[in-house]
Amino acid sequence: MTALLKIDALGIRRGDRDVLRGLTLAVQRGEIVALMGASGVGKTTALRAVAALQSFDAGRIEVDGFGLAPGPLPRQSQLGPLRRRVGLVFQAHALFEHLSARDNVTLALRHVRGKTDAEARGVADRLLGSLEVGTRADALPRQLSGGEAQRVAIARALALDPPLLLLDEPTAALDPERRESLGQVLRDLVKDASRGLLVATHDEAFARAHADRVVKL
Amino acid sequence: MMLLPAVLWVALQGPVLLWGGDAEGGAPFVEADPADASRVRGFDVEVAETIARGLGRRARFVQVQWSSIDQSVERGDFAIGMSGMEDTPARRARHAVTVPYFEFREVLAVRPQDAGRWRRLSDLRGRRVATLGATMAYDLLLAAKDSFGVIPVSYDDDVHPYSDLIAGRVDAVLLDHTIAKRRSSPRFVIQPEAVATGYYVGVLARADSTLRDSVDAVLIAAMRDGTLERIYQRWDVWDESQARLFGRVVEARQDVVGAQHAAPLQSASVWAYLPSLARAAVITLLLSFLSMGIAVVVGLSLAAARVYGGTVTRMLATVYVEVIRGTPLLLQLFVIYYGLAGVVRLPAFLAAILALAFNYAAYEAEIYRGALEAVAPAQLEAARTLGFSETQILRLVRGPQAFRYALAPMTNDFVALLKDSSLVSVITVVELTKQTAIYATNVGSWIVPGLLCAAVYLAMSLPLARLARRFERRWSVV
Repeated sequence: MTALLKIDALGIRRGDRDVLRGLTLAVQRGEIVALMGASGVGKTTALRAVAALQSFDAGRIEVDGFGLAPGPLPRQSQLGPLRRRVGLVFQAHALFEHLSARDNVTLALRHVRGKTDAEARGVADRLLGSLEVGTRADALPRQLSGGEAQRVAIARALALDPPLLLLDEPTAALDPERRESLGQVLRDLVKDASRGLLVATHDEAFARAHADRVVKL
Repeated sequence: MMLLPAVLWVALQGPVLLWGGDAEGGAPFVEADPADASRVRGFDVEVAETIARGLGRRARFVQVQWSSIDQSVERGDFAIGMSGMEDTPARRARHAVTVPYFEFREVLAVRPQDAGRWRRLSDLRGRRVATLGATMAYDLLLAAKDSFGVIPVSYDDDVHPYSDLIAGRVDAVLLDHTIAKRRSSPRFVIQPEAVATGYYVGVLARADSTLRDSVDAVLIAAMRDGTLERIYQRWDVWDESQARLFGRVVEARQDVVGAQHAAPLQSASVWAYLPSLARAAVITLLLSFLSMGIAVVVGLSLAAARVYGGTVTRMLATVYVEVIRGTPLLLQLFVIYYGLAGVVRLPAFLAAILALAFNYAAYEAEIYRGALEAVAPAQLEAARTLGFSETQILRLVRGPQAFRYALAPMTNDFVALLKDSSLVSVITVVELTKQTAIYATNVGSWIVPGLLCAAVYLAMSLPLARLARRFERRWSVV
């Protein structure tokens, strides 16, 4: 079976320091892979390289047939196929502060995918509802709790239905109850085997409980 | 001990008569001595020295802006103001004025090709006629506006009316014959027929009537013994009309204009000036809104160049911002209006708008740049991962947030622009402050005009300041 994500001997240098060296992993559809390691070992950097927000110096990345090579980042206009394949949920959520939760989800649907307002709203309300933040659809990001903001950020990334979802430290701001609930949400996301998840975390208990495989950095 | 020589020197010099004038007015009245710029010369200087000598004192010059001489003499900054001060009923009502010591004629200057058709004010319907603001000539033009439909254009100095006449910005100049003669050029002609006649007087504080009487005695003696005539001949301003004036003054020893011409009451003046103040306020508002509109557009382009541009574009935008912010707005106004006149002859109002707009654009650019950079980079990356183009990110994510960050400082800038717009009076645009200054000079007091002007500015700026505070409260935690 062809892997959804293949990272082969990924290397990133910053100055004369290796931020990442020889990282190799694969994520299959229907699978949650945890990228484990202490703070500062390069988990976020690896996710950013997969999302083409960060260039890399060695190795190769392939997302569902779209390859990224070492060297300068391609122009945004050349990254359309990758953007359709990868969604990224930032650790600090990075929600658009001037828009409501619902508009955060609909914005790309309307302006990137060309959906009508009604279609986009339907998708947003369904996603927010399924992530149990449907009642917060009209709230601004600054009015959301950490857990709510994270779910809205997941809904925003899922709105474009990318096969690969990257999550950066998703449990960082959650209490134990919320962590458990998030684990269930992530499991639901991969249950139909159309999607794969790569989760960067330093939370070993969460990784052991919910990931299919753990890759240590 | 160190002070002793100085005290002795002052004591030996004898008592001093402080007199005020404006050396910016220039020859033949008062001008800086080319041989020693710390000294002044001119026929007013020599008349003041004659008065001082006659009073047993030594004349000492005090520089004061011409339009402020009346207020300064009442404040006690000097004993007598003399710098081509016109004898007017308002001045007589508010101050102690001397006998007239010079007769001047208001004369029209026009370009040579217009000499045949524009001989008097009544020929100048719909034409722009320039003069010095807050003078008898300006009042004549205001009257001619109503009766003949001429368009008065007020200047802060008596040099630029003539240069603008030559440049074609105005169609005629109405000023004292002494000034017209001094500026004479083959590129304009002075019409022989005088529009009006007036007199120069010395202005003293209202309470100083005893000193004024002494000054009158000295002036009359100087008229009798030929001292004034010699002075006027030295400065090439002597003519038969002065001899006739001297004869009348010496004979009558009374005022030529006469104190019976009582000044209009100030309360009546307030009502008379309210419409012109309202019109000036509209000019101020128009200037401010149009300038700000352009400043916002230019500022946005500059900010975009600094945030998104390549090295050269960024550098050019930075140079523009630093040069504009590092030089006075007043200088920029002069450069755009007078400096560029050889290349492009902008109308004063347009030059004022452009100068204000280009100046404020530099400040707006820095506000917008700061606001654009204040939007969290993670949001921009999130937008990229969602597939937005850079233009979409600016339009949908970065721009709207930056706009909210920028709104409060922009509104504050607009309030500042509203007040800075008063500077454009130096290029003949009569806006609220300038109109107030004219009004204050005419009524001889700043109290009522100043309060009225402040009230109008506050009425315009306070709502904007409130709006800025609302923006800050609403979006400060974005």
